[in-house]
Parts: sequence; C-alpha cells; structure tokens
Amino acid sequence: MNIRSLAAALAASVTLSVGAAQATDLEVTHWWTSGGEAAAVAELAKAFDATGNHWVDGAIAGGGDVARPIMISRITGGDPMGATQFNTGRQADELVEAGLMQDVTEVAKAEGWDKIINPPSLYKSCVKDGKWYCVPINIHSWQWMWMNNAVFEKIGKPVPKNWDEFVADVPELQKAGIIPLAVGGQAWQSNGLFGVLQVALGGVDLWKKVNVDKDAKFAAGPEMLKIFKAAAQAREWSKDTKVQDWNQATNMVITGKAAAQIMGDWAQGEFAVAGKVAGKDYTCLPGLGVNEIISTGGDSFYFPKQKDPEKTKAQMVLAKTLLDKKTQVAFNLKKGSLPVRGDVDLASANDCMKKGLEILKKGNVLPDGNQTLSPDTTGQLQDVIDKFWHDFSITPEEAQKQYAAIIAKAD
Amino acid sequence: MERAAPRRRNSLFKNISAKIAAIPMAFTALVVFLGGTIWTVVYSFTNSKLLPRLNFVGFDQYTRLWSTPRWLVSVENLAIYGVLSLIFSLVIGFILAVAMDQKIRFENTFRTIFLYPFALSFIVTGLVWQWLLNPDLGVQHIVRSLGYTSFTFDPLYNADIVIYGVLIAGLWQGTGLIMVLMLAGLRGIDEEIWRAARVDGIPTWKTYVFIIIPMMRPVFVTTLVLIGSGIIKVYDLIVAQTGGGPGGASEVPAKYVYDLMFYSQNLGQGFAASTMMLVSVIVIVVPWAYFEFSGRKAR
Amino acid sequence: MTAISSTNTNLGTSTGAEPRGAKPKKAFSRRNIIIYGTLVVAAVYYILPLYVMIVTSLKGMPEIRLGNIFAPPVQITFEPWVKAWSQACTGLNCDGLSRGFWNSVIITVPSVIISIAVASLNGYMLANWRFKGADLFFTILIVGAFIPYQVMLYPMVIILRDLGVYGTLQGLIIVHTVFGMPILTLLFRNYFTALPEELFKAARVDGAGFWNIYFRIMLPISLPIFVVAMIIQITGIWNDFLFGVVFTKPDTYPMTVQLNNIVNSVQGVKEYNVNMAATLITGLVPLIVYFVSGKLFVRGIAAGAVKG
Repeated sequence: MNIRSLAAALAASVTLSVGAAQATDLEVTHWWTSGGEAAAVAELAKAFDATGNHWVDGAIAGGGDVARPIMISRITGGDPMGATQFNTGRQADELVEAGLMQDVTEVAKAEGWDKIINPPSLYKSCVKDGKWYCVPINIHSWQWMWMNNAVFEKIGKPVPKNWDEFVADVPELQKAGIIPLAVGGQAWQSNGLFGVLQVALGGVDLWKKVNVDKDAKFAAGPEMLKIFKAAAQAREWSKDTKVQDWNQATNMVITGKAAAQIMGDWAQGEFAVAGKVAGKDYTCLPGLGVNEIISTGGDSFYFPKQKDPEKTKAQMVLAKTLLDKKTQVAFNLKKGSLPVRGDVDLASANDCMKKGLEILKKGNVLPDGNQTLSPDTTGQLQDVIDKFWHDFSITPEEAQKQYAAIIAKAD
Repeated sequence: MERAAPRRRNSLFKNISAKIAAIPMAFTALVVFLGGTIWTVVYSFTNSKLLPRLNFVGFDQYTRLWSTPRWLVSVENLAIYGVLSLIFSLVIGFILAVAMDQKIRFENTFRTIFLYPFALSFIVTGLVWQWLLNPDLGVQHIVRSLGYTSFTFDPLYNADIVIYGVLIAGLWQGTGLIMVLMLAGLRGIDEEIWRAARVDGIPTWKTYVFIIIPMMRPVFVTTLVLIGSGIIKVYDLIVAQTGGGPGGASEVPAKYVYDLMFYSQNLGQGFAASTMMLVSVIVIVVPWAYFEFSGRKAR
Repeated sequence: MTAISSTNTNLGTSTGAEPRGAKPKKAFSRRNIIIYGTLVVAAVYYILPLYVMIVTSLKGMPEIRLGNIFAPPVQITFEPWVKAWSQACTGLNCDGLSRGFWNSVIITVPSVIISIAVASLNGYMLANWRFKGADLFFTILIVGAFIPYQVMLYPMVIILRDLGVYGTLQGLIIVHTVFGMPILTLLFRNYFTALPEELFKAARVDGAGFWNIYFRIMLPISLPIFVVAMIIQITGIWNDFLFGVVFTKPDTYPMTVQLNNIVNSVQGVKEYNVNMAATLITGLVPLIVYFVSGKLFVRGIAAGAVKG
C-alpha cells in the first residue's frame, strides 16, 4: 500500500515530456545482487515505475565476468534487453560501433548532461562522435584503505593516518597475531591494490605515465620498482588471508582478525551492514592518506536498440530518470557510491562519503583503469600481478619486467 | 551417403526414412560442431575484440598465446589433472565396482551414496569442497583441534598442490557414475566365464586383469569418452572452487578461453586458444574414434 | 573387440542386475573385511560433504560462525530452507528458488524428451541402418563431446539468431538436444548394437520398415537405456546455468540462475546455511530421480548400454 501511494506521489512530482499514459515493460539487466546493491536498484526501479512504466528486473549474480557474456550474447543474438549496466569505460565500445546501442543524445541535450555531470571525464566514454550512448550513474573509487580502530587500540597505537604510519605498526600487529592486510584471493583484488599503491606511493604523475601514456620505459624504471617493492612487502603481510571474496576479507577487518584492507568504496557497505560507524569503529584513508584522490570508476547504463518504438520511448524516460536529482541521491546513498552530479545534496552521507565528496569537489580526480586501458591489457596486467602476489619466488624486478613488457604493447 | 549400405538388402527408398531421421544428427555434426569449429578457427586469425570481425592478422594470436605464461600453466595443469583424473577415475571406479559386485549387503545404499554427487552441479561441488578444504574451517581445522597442531592440509592456498585439491572434488563428483558403468559391465559378463576360470584354478585377481577387463572394453570406451570430455571441459569447478588461484596456479585452458573472450574482450585470442584445444582433441580423438567406431562390427 | 563382444552377445544379453562375483563365504572372513572396509571408507569420502551440507543448512548463522562445520546443529532451524525456497533475493525479486522451479520444469521436460527422442533415433540408425557417411557424422559427434560449451557459445548464438529462435523455448531445446547428442547417441548406439541381430532380421523379413521396427520392436525393449539417458539429461539440463541464462529472460530464468544468485552473491556475510539449503533444494529433483530409478539405472546400463 505504502509503496503504491509513494509511487503515485513520485509520479505526480516528476513531470515528464513523454506522456506517462502508456505503461511499457523494460527489462534491465545488471549484476547488483548483494543486499545493499539490491536496495539501491530498488530505488532506480521505484523511480522508473513512477513514470508509469515498468522495470523488469534482470539481475545476474557473480559479478561482471558472469553477467557480461550473457548481456553481450543477448544483444548480439537479437534479443536485446531494455537497458543494461556496464562499467564506465570501454567495455561496450564495440557494441556502440556496431550500431547495436540506442542513441540518447536527444535526452542528453534536453537535460544538459554535459553541464551537470561532474567530473566531465565520466561521460567521455559515453560520447562517440558527438552522440550520447550511455549514462553514467555513479562514481566508485578504488583509492581507499579501511582499518579497524579497535585493533590498533589493542596494540596500544593510534590509528594510522597514512601508509607510512601503518607500515610502522605492522610488526606490532603481527606480534599480536593480527593479519596486517587482508587481501582476498581473486586476481582483481591484488591488482586493484597494486593500482592504489601506484597512485598513493608514486603519485598521480607516475600513474598517468604508466596507465594513460603507456610509457614502457618509465614502467621499467626505478620509480616503478619502488612500487613493486612495496607490493612485495604487502604480499608478505597478507599471506594469511585465506579467503576468496573481497567481502570476506572485509569481514576479517570488521571482526578484527585483520587490521586493514585496501579496497574500493563498496567495502563501506559491509561495515554499514555490520552496524559499524565510520570514524568511530573504523577509519577510511583515501589515497592511503598520502595522495587524497578519487578514481572515477563506476557504472553506466546502455540502451540496446529496440524494434518496438514504445520501448525506445521508455528507454528515453529511463535515461532521464537515472540522472534525476532525487534518483541520484536515493540510489547512491544505498549503494555507497558518489553521485555523478555535483549539484545534489548528500546531507545524510557518512563520514567517509563526505571525505570523498570533498575530494571530488576539489577536483582531485583520476580516471579509472577501465577508462584508460583496454580490458585485454587490464587482464594481462592482472595476470602478472596476481602471480607475483601469490608466488613469493617472483622478485619485484622480475614482475616489473613482465609488467613493462605488457605496457609496451598496451592498447 | 547417397548410396545405401551394401550389406543389407535395403533399397535406396527404404533407407530414405533412416536418412530423414538422420537430419538432426547431420545438422548437429555439420552445422554446429563442424561449422562452429571452422568458424572459430577462421576467426582465430583475426584481431576480433568484443565482436567477431574479419580483420586478419596471421598467426599473431598464436604467437601471443604460446608466449603467455598463464596459457602455459593452464596447459600444464590440464595435463596433470587429466592424467590423474583419468587414472583415479578408472581405478577407483573399477575397485568400487568390484567390491560392489561381491554379493554384498546394502548394495542399493552404497550405490546411492557413490552416485548422488553426480546429481549436484559443479558450482555446488566447488563450493562445498572449497569449504571442506579451507584450513580455518574444514579438515585441517578439525584435525588440529584433535591435538595434531602441526597438521597442515591447505591445498587450495598452496600453489604447488592446488590442482590436487581440485582433483579431490572432481573425483568426488564423477567417480560414482564411472563405478555404476563398470558395475554394469561386470554384470554383463557371463557367469560361465567365472566358472571356467575357477575350474582352471586361475586366481581371482588374474581373472579380473587378464580376462574380465579385456572383455569390458566397451565399458571402458564409454567411460573414456565421459571422463575425457569432462576433463577438457573442466571450467565451472575451477571457477567455483579456486577461481583459478592462488596466483593463477589452478588455471585451465577452458577458463583461459572464456576469460579472454569475455573478461578481456579479446575474441581473437580466445578463439586461438580454443583452436589449440580443438586441435589437440582432434589429434587424439579422431584417429581413435574412427578406429573404434567405423567399419562394421562383427555381430 | 570384435571376437569378444560377439561371444558376449551370443552368450546372452538378458543379464539382469545380479552380482556376478565369487560367492560370499563367512561373515567375518578376511575377504569380507577388505570389501566392506573399502566400501565404508569410500562411503565416508562421498557422504561427508552431504553431511556437512545438511548439518549446515539446519544451523543458524551464529552457530556457523563458531567454526566447526562437522558438529551437528545444537538448535535445529528450518529457517534457511524457508528462506532459500521463498525469500532469498535475486536483485529485486525476493521469492527465492520457488520462482525458478516451474521454469526449470518447463525447460527440462521438453528438452529431455526431445533430446532423447532424437538421440535414440540416431543410435538406432547407427546400429541398424548405417549408410555411408554415418560413421563420419558419428565421429564428428564424438569429437563434439569434447568441445567446451563456452567455446560454442558464439557460434550457437549466431546459429539460433539465423534460425530465428534466439531467446525462445524452442531455441533452448535445440541447444540441449545438440549438446546432449554426442554422449546419448553413443549410449543408444551401443545398446542397439548389443541387441540380438535376429530380432532385427526377423522383422525385416516380415517386411517391417524403419519406423515400424523402431516403434514396435526396439522401443518396447529399450526401457532401461531410456532410463539411463533420462538420468543423464535430467541432471545435465536441470543443473545447466550457462544456456539457461543466456537463452532466457528474467521471467523465465531456470532455478539454477536463482541458485547462482544466492550462492554467488557477494553479500555482507555469506549465509552458508541458506546457500546449502538452496543447493540441496535445487539438487532435490535429480536426487529424487536417482532414488526412484536407481535400480533401473544399473539394469539399464547392464542390459547392454556398455557393450559395443
């Protein structure tokens, strides 16, 4: 009952250029299936249903690796869904080039997306030849370290304010039988961590030289070697993390089995679910407390071309709804991500999110690896780091050599 | 295939029904398997990324494939897993079948116990065994809590032995079916053979090795196809149990193919890897299958 | 193989499921200890995971956190089962596995029937109505058994698109028929080959044709092998995730998609008890099929499926 009246109220408040008379079913596929994620999707669905259309939810669990092939198969197989999630970046480029995606420029122009989306780098991957093919809906940053405050209390130390202080505490932590750094076994986790080390310890310029300019010579140089050496230390500290999933590693930090985790801001949701309060129970360090920065990864929605003009109309409505101020606030609060528009008010955001918003406002942003490197290159680099992380017989020098060789051929 | 088989007195017309009935098989063999294979091979010479495109680059994908450490590890793992899986499946399956064939009590119970894992998908198998082999939860934890504190058994977190951890789970899922097939084979052997062997005073084990096993050849053919195809296809189990880790130590070719095609969005590379898999299958299976199945059976 | 299998068939194919080994002696003979010892040890290895799954599915989360996965539940709760069946969420749809159950039935039943019908015809044809080229097809099929499904995903999408059946139930049935064909055809072919040739010859002399012999003579004596094929197909299709999710839509997702969503979701704390309950529920259908048809299964294979 409540939901229905709420929906009605929302419908009344949102005035739309397209008449809401006709209800059209639109199937939306995504891989958001965890508790917090599902709650966030529910906000999107609610907003879309309020326009008089109907959101048919097509969630596929297992992350993008499981879901993407399914989405791509369906789009190329001629049975496209109404809208689908991809990571902001280059994942869907070829589908756009092949003319399989609906052009939503009309909505983008009418709404002035190029003016409201902040930072502007976000929508670059959506625009091809001046036409818009997708809409970014959130910002997820990798550049965070999460720490359990109680653990540091236990060893009688203040909570570290940056990476160096953390490093200094490691022996004490180990003595107390606490795993200094929790890193799950899946390859993308150690690879992501390595990226964070690059930005935090080497600086933005180093990261850009490697990931944007693809300077192989630099990647083989002494500055990068430092990063590899730091990573070699970190792998030593994390070797007792015997879990696979990132959230299980987060759970080790929450329960005090481990002291810290370097992970994107989605980890925050886990702390929230466990009833932990930012600043009191746990501490977040953007850019490891060294280089405070936000990397602007995230998710975008694409709209595969439809035969039925009614569906196309509904797609336009959905595109508009996704960037609506209210939708943005409601969605991102639940998701733990940052909104893509700078002009919304997130008063109820927690400490860590506020930190992130501030950094965003200052303009300390980096593109995400997904935007600068092709998925192929990312995969190859990930293989190298993953192997380096788990095979202690590989020296930093060896790993660096392989890494640089891939950068040399990167696209 | 236009001419009728000469042996029987079938006229061309009467054989027409058989040919009509063969259409689905011909479609599957020619269009799906053969066509799909040719298609894959052709596109393995292109630089297709997310979508298949005919942009030929020669042997580039193969050069890269064979200089990629991950692929080499995958091939090596498949070889180890394949050989061990084959040997253990056959040995365990056969021994269990022999034990079951001794007029034992509770045969139905035992058979059900051995067979039920086959009803569960690999996703589930991987999950359960990931758990049992987790050092903090499973076998190691239990043995240690019994007092043997130095006991170490963490195959999934040790790159050197992780593939054996996968093997334990794989055998658990599949050997039951092999056992049932072998059991059926044993029961298909006539009592007369046993009687004759006993009259001649041949020891039981010798009867099995030199008389029974050779007679069970068709069973072994069926099980070989089942086990072999299962080995090449091993993918879900790895994904569910280890995700290819630690550090890519349990990667297998099928996973490389899938990851390259859909995670890295490099279809050309994925197709090159699948072509290599197909080639090795063809090299091993075709001559054997042709020898095994072609020509008339003496009946 | 030829000489042996011919003796074999001549000696009689009507072997039942009776044990053929040496006769048992005393209850506690060394031989018995070895046999039962082997079986019991093996049984422990096979049953341990099931035990852990059942025990876990009956525990509450606090008890699971205590860590001993082998301990029986202190307080038995059926909450996880209820949750897995009717409350667990897939995205926005929180009606658990129940949502996919009928979809799975709708997909599995016609797929099993059609794939078996086609494969049995193949086997019958390969055994009794060979024509030139049949061996070639069969060899290709056997090689096809070794091709990983993932590799065929792209070509399959293209074929189904060109046939105009992408995303339909017919399309999914075709997929299952195609990928089930190699093993099933091998089974049926071996079975029909092992039947006494006289049966076929007599029917031919009476002037019966291809279909007549199939329906009147072959089908009635082939129940056991059909049971085997059914078990393999029901298990395979019921457990299939990849094709189910690629070739259907959210409204028609099979149960395995929900299972995957429950098991693979990266939720806060993994609800192992719900995972295990969901696993058991999903596996229930094939398990029941096994229990019901277990004897027929062995008889089916024994009655000739494995003779070539």
